Amino acid sequence: MTSAPPDPVHGRFGRFGGRYVPETLVAALDELEAAYLAAREDPSFTAELAGLLRDFVGRPTAFCHAPRLTEHAGGAQIWLKREDLAHTGAHKINNTLGQVLLARRMGKSRIIAETGAGQHGVATATACARFGLPCEVYMGAEDVRRQALNVFRMRLMGARVNEVTSGSRTLKDATNEAMRDWMGSVGRTHYIIGSVVGPHPFPLMVRDFQSVIGTECRAQALAALGRLPDVVVACVGGGSNAAGIFAPFVGDASVGLLGVEAGGRGPGAGDHAAPLSHGTPGVLHGSLSYVLQDGDGQTADVHSCSAGLDYPGVGPEHSHWKDAGRVCYTAVTDAQALEAFQLLARLEGIIPALETSHAVHAAVTAARAMRPDQVVVINVSGRGDKDVVEAMRLLGLSQS
Amino acid sequence: MQRMMQRLQQDRAAGRGSLMPFLTAGSPSIEATVATIVTLDGLGVAAIEIGFPFSDPIADGPVIAASMDRALRSGTTVAAIVDAIRDVRPRVGCGLIAMVSMSIVHRHGGAEFIAALHDAGFDALIVPDMDVDDADLITQAVEQRGMGLALLVAPTSSPERIRAITRRCRGFVYALARAGLTGASDAPPDVEGTVPAIRAETELPIAVGFGISTPAHVRMVIQHADAAIVGSALVRAMDGEPDSAHERAQAFIGPMLEACRVTAR
Repeated sequence: MTSAPPDPVHGRFGRFGGRYVPETLVAALDELEAAYLAAREDPSFTAELAGLLRDFVGRPTAFCHAPRLTEHAGGAQIWLKREDLAHTGAHKINNTLGQVLLARRMGKSRIIAETGAGQHGVATATACARFGLPCEVYMGAEDVRRQALNVFRMRLMGARVNEVTSGSRTLKDATNEAMRDWMGSVGRTHYIIGSVVGPHPFPLMVRDFQSVIGTECRAQALAALGRLPDVVVACVGGGSNAAGIFAPFVGDASVGLLGVEAGGRGPGAGDHAAPLSHGTPGVLHGSLSYVLQDGDGQTADVHSCSAGLDYPGVGPEHSHWKDAGRVCYTAVTDAQALEAFQLLARLEGIIPALETSHAVHAAVTAARAMRPDQVVVINVSGRGDKDVVEAMRLLGLSQS
Repeated sequence: MQRMMQRLQQDRAAGRGSLMPFLTAGSPSIEATVATIVTLDGLGVAAIEIGFPFSDPIADGPVIAASMDRALRSGTTVAAIVDAIRDVRPRVGCGLIAMVSMSIVHRHGGAEFIAALHDAGFDALIVPDMDVDDADLITQAVEQRGMGLALLVAPTSSPERIRAITRRCRGFVYALARAGLTGASDAPPDVEGTVPAIRAETELPIAVGFGISTPAHVRMVIQHADAAIVGSALVRAMDGEPDSAHERAQAFIGPMLEACRVTAR
C-alpha cells in the first residue's frame, strides 16, 4: 500500500509554490481550495469522478511490455503506461473532468483554459461538452499553427479558441491571457489550469487528479511483475503527467524517478525549455519554482519542437523533488525526441506525442545501462496523431 | 516617504484630492520617463508610480502590457531605471513609488533590491503580485528603511483579508476600483463598497486605481478616497514621439488635477 506525497504546507512544497497573484484572485483561490478539499473527502464526488474515468475515459489504461523496444535498448525490461489510450488521446482528461465536476459543485457557469499542444484544450473542451458548459481556450498563435488538428477538435466540440498574438505566441502567453480573463470574470468563471503549475491550490489539485496514473501503474506493476519498477520515466513541461505517475511512487525508496525536460536545440539561452536543468528559482504565473529568466527576472524565450513542453516554468512540486534529490531531471534534444518518436512507432506500433518522445529517448538510454531483470516504466502521456504534420515538416518530408 | 506624506497632507489640508499618475518606465523612452517625472512634479502631483516593465504582467490590460513589452524590447533594464531615478530625485519633491513584479524583486535579491530602490530615492513600493502570506521579508526590508508599502485591496477581498492586508501597509493603501485589469473602462469606479471597508480598518490614506481614465472618474474617486491613480490612459497619451511625451502627459494630467481640486471629500 502506498500513500500520496504530503499536501503542501501553507500552499508550499518545501519553499516552492505559494500564491503570487494580484489580490483580485485571492478570494477565488480561497474558494477553490475550500471546495477542492471538501470534494476530495466527499464520497459522492470521488465516486462520480471514478465512474467518469471508467466509463467515459476508459480507465484503467493499459500497462504493457514493450518487447522490441526492450530488445533494441538491450538492458532493462521496458514497460509502457498507456495514457495515450485514454479518451482524447492523452492524460489531460483526468484533470479536466475532475475540475469540471468541481466547477459544477462551485456553481461556476463558464470555463476557461490555456493550452500549448492543444491536448489540455481538447480535454477541457471535451469535459465541457460532456456537461454542457461554455468553454473558451487561449492558445498561442504559433501553437495554433503547429497544432491545427487540435484547434479543429476543440471547435468541433463547441469551444471558442482565442488565438494569442502577444509575446512569444506560445503556452506562456496563452497562460497570461487566461489569467487576465480570469481577473475580470472571476465570479462566474472557473479557470482549469492544465498542469501542476500556477498558484496554490492548482499544483496540489492537478497532481491529485493525475495521480490516478501512478496509482494504477503501481498496482498493475505489482500484479504483472510481482514487484515495483526500478525506474519510472516521464516527460516534464509544466509536469502534470510526471507528477501524476511519480506521486504514488515517491514514498517507495527503491523506485528511481526520472523527469525529462525539453532540451531543444541545446543548452544555450533561448534554445531549450528546461528550467529544472538550466534555470533558477523565480516567480512565474503565481508560484515560486524553477524558471528560465534573465538577470532582471524577465522570463526568457524558450524553444522546443514540442508545443506541450515549450514553457519556461515548471510545477513547484517538481522543484521541491529536485532540491530534495527525490527525482532526477534530465533534458533530451529535439533531434533525440524526433528519433524516439519514430523508434516507438516502428518497434512497437505506437506513435507517441512529441512530448512523450522525450521520455522514450531517456528511458531507452536508462534501460541500456541496466540489467535485464530490472524494469523501466515509461509514461506514454499522449498519442502522436496531433504531431504527424509537424513531424513531417521537421523530418523534411512533404505531405504528398 | 516623508515627501509623499507631506504632499498628501498638503492636499488634504487644502481640501482637495491627490493625484498619483502611473508611468511605465522606458515607455516611450527612459528619457521621456524622466522628463515626465519632472513635469508632473511641477504640476503638483502627490506621487508618481514608476512601473518597472515585466515580461508577464498578468494584472495589466492591453495598454500597459504593450507599453511594458515595448520598453523591454527597447532595452529598458532595472539598472537603467534605478539610475534614472537616482539622477532625477534631487530635482523633484513628489513621492516616487516603485511598482515592481515579484519576479524582479526576487531575482534581484529581495531585501537587497529594496535597499537599492531606497538608496536611489524611491519612497515607497508596490508589489502587485506579492504573496501576502509570504510578505515578512519585504515588510521588514521596507520598514528598516522607512519606506512605504502599499498592498492591493480588491472588491473581492473579504473583511478578514482587508484587515490582514492593511496591517502590512505602510504609507497608503491601494484599492482596486474593480475586479479586473488595468485599463480604460466604461464602467464607473466601484469605490463605495471597498473604500469604507478599508477605512474601517486603517487611518492610512487610500489611493484608488484600475480603470480611472477621465476627470469624471477622478471626481468620483476623491469623493470617497484620498488619491486617484491614473495609469493606462496616461501611458496611452504618452505614446508616440518620445521627445514630446512629457508635453502630452502635461496636457492629459492638467484636467485630472483640476478634477482633484474642485471636489473636497
